[in-house]
Amino acid sequence: MTVPKTWRRIPELYNLQGTKCKSCSALFFPGREVCVKCGSISLEPYRFQGKGRVVTFTIIRSQISDPEGENIDIPAREIPYVLAIVELAEGPMLTCQIVDTPEKDVFIGKQVDMVFRKIVEKGKRGVIQYGYKFR
Amino acid sequence: MRKVAIIGVGMTKFGQHWEKDMVNLAVEAGTRAIHDAGIHQKDVDVLYGGTMSGGLFTNQEHLGSMLPDYLGFKNIPSVRVEAACASGGLALRQGYIDIASGAHDIAVVGGVEKMTDVGSHSVTKALATAADYEREAAFGATFPGLYAMMARLHMHKFKTTEEQLAEVAVKNHRNAMHNPYAQFHKQISVSDVLKSQYIADPLKLLDSSPISDGAAAIVLASEETAKKLCDTPVWIAGSGHATDTISLHDREDLLTLNATVKAAKQAYTQAKLSYKDIQHAEVHDCFTIAELLAIEDLGFAAKGASGKFIQEGNTSIGGKIPVNTSGGLKAKGHPIGATGVAQAIEAVLQLRGDAGKRNTGAETSLAHNVGGSGGTALVHIFTREKR
Ligand SMILES: [Zn+2]
Repeated sequence: MTVPKTWRRIPELYNLQGTKCKSCSALFFPGREVCVKCGSISLEPYRFQGKGRVVTFTIIRSQISDPEGENIDIPAREIPYVLAIVELAEGPMLTCQIVDTPEKDVFIGKQVDMVFRKIVEKGKRGVIQYGYKFR
Repeated sequence: MRKVAIIGVGMTKFGQHWEKDMVNLAVEAGTRAIHDAGIHQKDVDVLYGGTMSGGLFTNQEHLGSMLPDYLGFKNIPSVRVEAACASGGLALRQGYIDIASGAHDIAVVGGVEKMTDVGSHSVTKALATAADYEREAAFGATFPGLYAMMARLHMHKFKTTEEQLAEVAVKNHRNAMHNPYAQFHKQISVSDVLKSQYIADPLKLLDSSPISDGAAAIVLASEETAKKLCDTPVWIAGSGHATDTISLHDREDLLTLNATVKAAKQAYTQAKLSYKDIQHAEVHDCFTIAELLAIEDLGFAAKGASGKFIQEGNTSIGGKIPVNTSGGLKAKGHPIGATGVAQAIEAVLQLRGDAGKRNTGAETSLAHNVGGSGGTALVHIFTREKR
């Protein structure tokens, strides 16, 4: 796990920066370099506001990380945790954890806001990656 | 394009093979397939081998060289094919195109995965590479998690129930009782499924396919060659292949696998058949919800109606369209790269009438193989000579 791999994604992970197509105004998160709606390669950075709605969700109950692993990119997370697909107010959808909310209070259609949290701790000596979760 | 026949099939039992490595499994399946075809190693012109990740599961890549080497297919061209859980179906497709094009006359297409040489954490990590690793897996998405989110939405939108999901697992376990190659020979009940532990709500342990070792292989031949070598050729009447966004969250409709819809359309069009003409199907049931979605996307049930369709017995042996007579991924086992090829083998056994107590008497069969959460799909349609 190298530092550049984490560093180059800071705008996306910290600021919800995606892209907007200059030809057809389509919005993408994460940002794309080719507009899949119209084929344009002229896109500019676009920052999403961080408001959204739960489209669907699950509660992950089986751990998937390797507790011993130093080189494992998938983090040790405390289980259970709520995983959701959230539709941003501007349209694009993303996959994220829902936090600060009791399991029973998560439902399809729930309005959620972005929060800034630790996403991945890459091994005991690795980089800590921060980014978006929702609540 | 030339007509292409399947003239031989062979597979290992699926399950935990502590005494065999990846190459041992591939050699067992490949050798059985060429014996079934009645040919010699030197008759094989080309090899397509599907495996998801020799590297992550066994530290071995460059299988394009290693597999023909140990199979005794000296110096032939050989291609390792990867499309996550659809690697086997894609190997079949590439072999089909090769023979149909006239490039070669006899191809062996196979799939293998050795999953039990690493711990379950490493298996889960390897499987996560079939999703968008940085945008799904790194945020905590597991494969059960992705399919669970589809299941939750299906239940929300269409009133599908956990009992209906459980019926898929119960049926597939019932079918596997009669398949000697299946990993599980254990009848389960709806209440067993409902009582099994949640891994990603609403999916439970018994909604999920297992971790398996195994290999499967098929011999393909051109029409001319097949007629010389084989009395019971099974014809590949249609072959479809399509892709979709790798991330589930980028799909317009999270409950439609567009890759399946498009691949099916290609296969139906080529075969000049509709879903109504299909008499047997093997579909990709990595989780029970995946079988429901497949039944809808292939046309057998209307969107949203699959839960009821299964509950009414339409997909059981003796029903309208028997699905996963082999036991499916759920009960036959799911050695990732081998799965797509093993599905085609069940189709061949059904069409030949060699499926024992699982026989349906089908004259047309369909196999449907999915990679990841729907990023790749393969659909093949098989037919036999009228008897
Ligand atoms: Zn555009």
